[in-house]
Amino acid sequence: MLNLLWLVLAFPLAGAVVLLAGARRFTHRTTAAVGVGATGLSLLVALGVLASYAGRHGEVVTQTLYRWIAAGDFSVEVAFRLDPLSAVMLFFVTFVGFLIHVYSTGYMHDEPPTAFARYFAYLNLFMFAMLTLVLGANLLVLFVGWEGVGLCSYLLIGFYFEKDWCAAAGKKAFVVNRIGDFGFLLAIFMAFKAFGTVDMAGLQAAMAADPAAAARWATPIALLLFVGAVGKSAQLPLYVWLPDAMAGPTPVSALIHAATMVTAGVYMVARTSFVYALSPTALLVVAVVGGLTAVFAATIGLAQNDIKKVLAYSTVSQLGYMFMGAGAGAFTAAIFHVFTHAFFKACLFLGSGSVIHACGGEQDMRKMGGLRHHMKATYWTFLVATLALAGIPVFAGFFSKDEILAKVFAAGAGNLHGYGKVYLVLWGLGVAGAFLTAFYMFRAVYMTFFGSFRGGPEAEHHLHESPGVMVWPLRILAAGSVVVGFVGIGFFGPRFNLFERFLHPVAPGVEVEGWHAGPALEVGLIALSVGVAVAGILLARRFYFGPDAGAIPARLATAWPRLYRTVANKYWVDEGYDAAIVRPTNRLAWWLWKGLDTVVIDGVLVSLAFFTEIAGDLLRFVQTGNVRNYALMVLGGAVAAAAWLLL
Amino acid sequence: MTLSGTLLSALVLTPGTVGLLLLLLAPRDAKSLHRWAGMLASLVTLGLALLAWSRFDPADPAFQLVEARPWLPSLGISYRLGVDGVALVLVLLTALLQPVVMLSSWKQIDDKVKGYVASMLILETGMLGAFLATDLFLFYVFWELMLLPMYFIIGVWGGERRVYAAVKFVIFTLAGSLLMLVGILYLGSLHKASAPGTWSFAYEDIARLSIPGGEGFWHNPQLLAFAVFALAFAIKVPVWPLHTWLPDAHVEAPTGGSIILAGVLLKLGTFGFLRYCRPLFPEAWEAATPLFVTLAVIAIVVGALVAYAQKDLKKLVAYSSVSHMGFIMLGLFAGTVTSTQGALLQMVNHGLSTGSLFLLVGVIYDRRHTRLLEDFGGLARVMPLYTGAFLIATLSSIGLPGLNGFVGELLILLGSFRTQPVAVVIAATGIVLGAVYMLTVVQRVFWNPLVHEANRGLADLTWQEVTAFAPLGLAMFWIGVYPMPVLSISEAAIRRLIGG
Amino acid sequence: MAPSTVHFVILAALLFGIGAAGVLLRRSGIAILLGIELMLNAGNLALVAFARQHGSLDGQVFVFFVMAVAAAEVAVGLALLVAIFRKQQAIDVDRLAIMRW
Repeated sequence: MLNLLWLVLAFPLAGAVVLLAGARRFTHRTTAAVGVGATGLSLLVALGVLASYAGRHGEVVTQTLYRWIAAGDFSVEVAFRLDPLSAVMLFFVTFVGFLIHVYSTGYMHDEPPTAFARYFAYLNLFMFAMLTLVLGANLLVLFVGWEGVGLCSYLLIGFYFEKDWCAAAGKKAFVVNRIGDFGFLLAIFMAFKAFGTVDMAGLQAAMAADPAAAARWATPIALLLFVGAVGKSAQLPLYVWLPDAMAGPTPVSALIHAATMVTAGVYMVARTSFVYALSPTALLVVAVVGGLTAVFAATIGLAQNDIKKVLAYSTVSQLGYMFMGAGAGAFTAAIFHVFTHAFFKACLFLGSGSVIHACGGEQDMRKMGGLRHHMKATYWTFLVATLALAGIPVFAGFFSKDEILAKVFAAGAGNLHGYGKVYLVLWGLGVAGAFLTAFYMFRAVYMTFFGSFRGGPEAEHHLHESPGVMVWPLRILAAGSVVVGFVGIGFFGPRFNLFERFLHPVAPGVEVEGWHAGPALEVGLIALSVGVAVAGILLARRFYFGPDAGAIPARLATAWPRLYRTVANKYWVDEGYDAAIVRPTNRLAWWLWKGLDTVVIDGVLVSLAFFTEIAGDLLRFVQTGNVRNYALMVLGGAVAAAAWLLL
Repeated sequence: MTLSGTLLSALVLTPGTVGLLLLLLAPRDAKSLHRWAGMLASLVTLGLALLAWSRFDPADPAFQLVEARPWLPSLGISYRLGVDGVALVLVLLTALLQPVVMLSSWKQIDDKVKGYVASMLILETGMLGAFLATDLFLFYVFWELMLLPMYFIIGVWGGERRVYAAVKFVIFTLAGSLLMLVGILYLGSLHKASAPGTWSFAYEDIARLSIPGGEGFWHNPQLLAFAVFALAFAIKVPVWPLHTWLPDAHVEAPTGGSIILAGVLLKLGTFGFLRYCRPLFPEAWEAATPLFVTLAVIAIVVGALVAYAQKDLKKLVAYSSVSHMGFIMLGLFAGTVTSTQGALLQMVNHGLSTGSLFLLVGVIYDRRHTRLLEDFGGLARVMPLYTGAFLIATLSSIGLPGLNGFVGELLILLGSFRTQPVAVVIAATGIVLGAVYMLTVVQRVFWNPLVHEANRGLADLTWQEVTAFAPLGLAMFWIGVYPMPVLSISEAAIRRLIGG
Repeated sequence: MAPSTVHFVILAALLFGIGAAGVLLRRSGIAILLGIELMLNAGNLALVAFARQHGSLDGQVFVFFVMAVAAAEVAVGLALLVAIFRKQQAIDVDRLAIMRW
């Protein structure tokens, strides 16, 4: 079964090709059958492969398809790698991806057949690219998938391309991603120059064989790889594309910008953890960026009124947590959070899609309210997922987030690499972020599902629960948000943490020397993070639930108008980039063209031509037409020649 | 005379002969005859090129399918043709693009068709001859042969400022190549002064010479000779800052002219650097490397930025060519086998992707008679097939993995990183800039709301246009996924050119 | 004193000068032709003088060539003058300045 690994990728690719070819002729049913079917088949094969893999005890299995490029001393194959890490990713990517495909058949139903087919073609193509990314055995195949998901993101964000802000958002996503890719590519070049290979296993072996070179190159390579991760996973300062990406259809936001593509950065860091493990500096940078992003994005989420934007900033924030964990050396914990986050975030996005669908396309929460009476299934699944996100015990997010916070605290208290103080500060930020997360998520819950409907009587008429194809994925994902946490319980020690044990061979963490949390401290930390989350929920309840819902926030906004406006306008970051980068680049481009090219360079040529013309204009006066003048010239020339000969 | 003894001659001379015959014998108004004759000649040439490929042994670095006939024996000039891996790749590119060019001009050129087809065919002979000549003098003859048809193509069938563009192109190119003639004559005289004491312009004989160095620039014959060759090639590539003829020529040329200009003619410059400058003047090449690497990097970045500032679609693609050729120059001058392989592959890739872009720009120009970005918007709804084709060409141009552009750029940057890391870092910003300006074009032309009513009723790609684009599109995917056939052709030859 | 080569050469130079001045300063075509004749014959004189000085006949043979050329040139020149006269009813060379800037 294991040698059918390539089929997992082949089905979605075939689906995409078939759908693009037949887009103009397929009906909705055919498209759905092909699109969902391809993903479904991919899921089945994936499950089969994973079942076969279960008995392999974490061995690394590679499947090489063919030699892709060979030139000079560089050679790379199209090869796939199945190990515990990619197995985990393979599972939830195909599973969540399949559910979202099913959901999409309902959500996108009102699109005309050609657009419907186009949507599923791109979505299938995305699955292909994401799986390539996850299963790549070397940095180059990973990069193919990396850019591929970027392309599909571009196409899907700009799906409603006739709206110029959608097209612009797609372009922004691609360009900002590319900035990250610039770093990623340089890392690949550096790795090849230093170690002569881009294959993961090969690189790991080469670095182990040459510790001196490894020590020298680990930091720059790790930092450059992280630049790529910052772009793809929307961390500071390259996060700006993700909120704009909400212009795409909601299932796209669920799949690409919550569950899968954006987590590729975390995956990549875990994948190359053997490089990061050698560079305390890089780890610190990762942790700091993650931590700052986590809090920064959470603060922006406080003041957003568009439900999808809240979720977008929440995703940025949660990604920050994942990096914070990775930066503390807890790669497994980071991946665990990726895993749980996929379930509850996808559920949240799909739920918001259900809400938006019911409200006739409205996304502003100020025009919602009281929906729990009209959409029970959506409400309950959303609530469950929110509890998971907030980190309330028993739900999945609690285990993964807590694990991260515990590991960061351990790095702080145990003075990992001598940066203990920094890690402690980050831990504090993480706790603060947990408070904010719980607060703004429940703000969203209360504004959307409680109180009375504020969208007008006309819309209220149309409020209804979504069809089955949309609700069942919600239910499954919500169930997942409850259940999947149990594979990674960290409290009782490594023996019970199945997740950690599974991943340990490929992504061993960086352990803190000589410090260990006693059970009392552990309980205390858990109590703190849970308490903080509960406090957030209660505060949100105070602000947004009940008869005077919204009164206190309104008073706060009027009391500190500038602060409120800054946060509501996302700290003017986009405007800042526009002024500092976009507009100067435009001006530079203009000047290079009109100033340099046209005036200077062409000017040289034009002046050459001009001088030739002038010379001709002057010389023509020699042609007087007068015979005697010519005779004089002849005489003069003869005299000169004679003189030169004689003298 | 065996078949392999005449294959290259047949390959080189078929198009030109048909062109001449057309010019001299064909009746003036038989447009169909002219077009079909041109298409047939191009297809026959393509067939001969494929035949040559089938007889080519990639493992042998020396020239193959060699023909040598004396021409002016007292001056050592002979008619010598030979193909090595580098030439074969570019010959295949030329032979592939020619039918595409013919097809793209089918209905578009309706006036003086005979002259147009004949010019294109003679141009093809010039290009193929330049790639395959192994006698320096013969190379020069073919090099100059390309100028005249190109002048006519731009100057007669071109756009509004065609005469200015054509004259600029000719004088610029001619200035460089006349100096190169001096260099060639110098090399010939050097051979005369050396051991056998005879005149010879054969490539192998010249390559064996060791050209003396010297102090400074003006007293260093090798550097001087290198400089004159390099100047001629640099104008052709074009190397920044000698590039200003390119936007004018490309914009004013008819669609077919632009395709062949961008697709093949520019590559003659880089081919010249690889085949002539490097093996003949190795020390001068070393000395000149920092200069050319710097210019290459400037071309990449400045070319991209200027492209971004353009409002005319064709001029934008022209400046993107400047940027891409910068990548190729970087790959050549970084000097590793990997980067040179990448550069050669990128020559092919650029021919395919930029050729496609010019083809597709021609499509929209035929319908709307404007090339200004502001006149478009929202075309994806009206012309989905066209949008798809343009997207493929765009993604190839910006180096998306899976398409050909990525393989070339990767090899160039990866291969150059060992010898020119700083240049690679700056050049890699070109991948961001490329995405910026190309996607801006896509957004302004295809996405965005459809505001101009004139765009509403536009017809999607016709069968002619699809057939013209299809081979290019397929090749772009093919090379992106499975580039080994192309890479393996040239490996041996490149090792010889670099090592020697 | 007996005339030596120098005297002849000076005479020849004077004649040449007069002839040149005539070519440059006269407007009439015939006068210009006369001036050309004078210059040619001045050259002849110089040639004969040097031949006498060296005692060889090379110079004198050259004089024959010069005379033949002079004759031919006068023939062609007069033909041209006839054609010019037919055009402008005068032989004023200053009026011939058509091929000018």
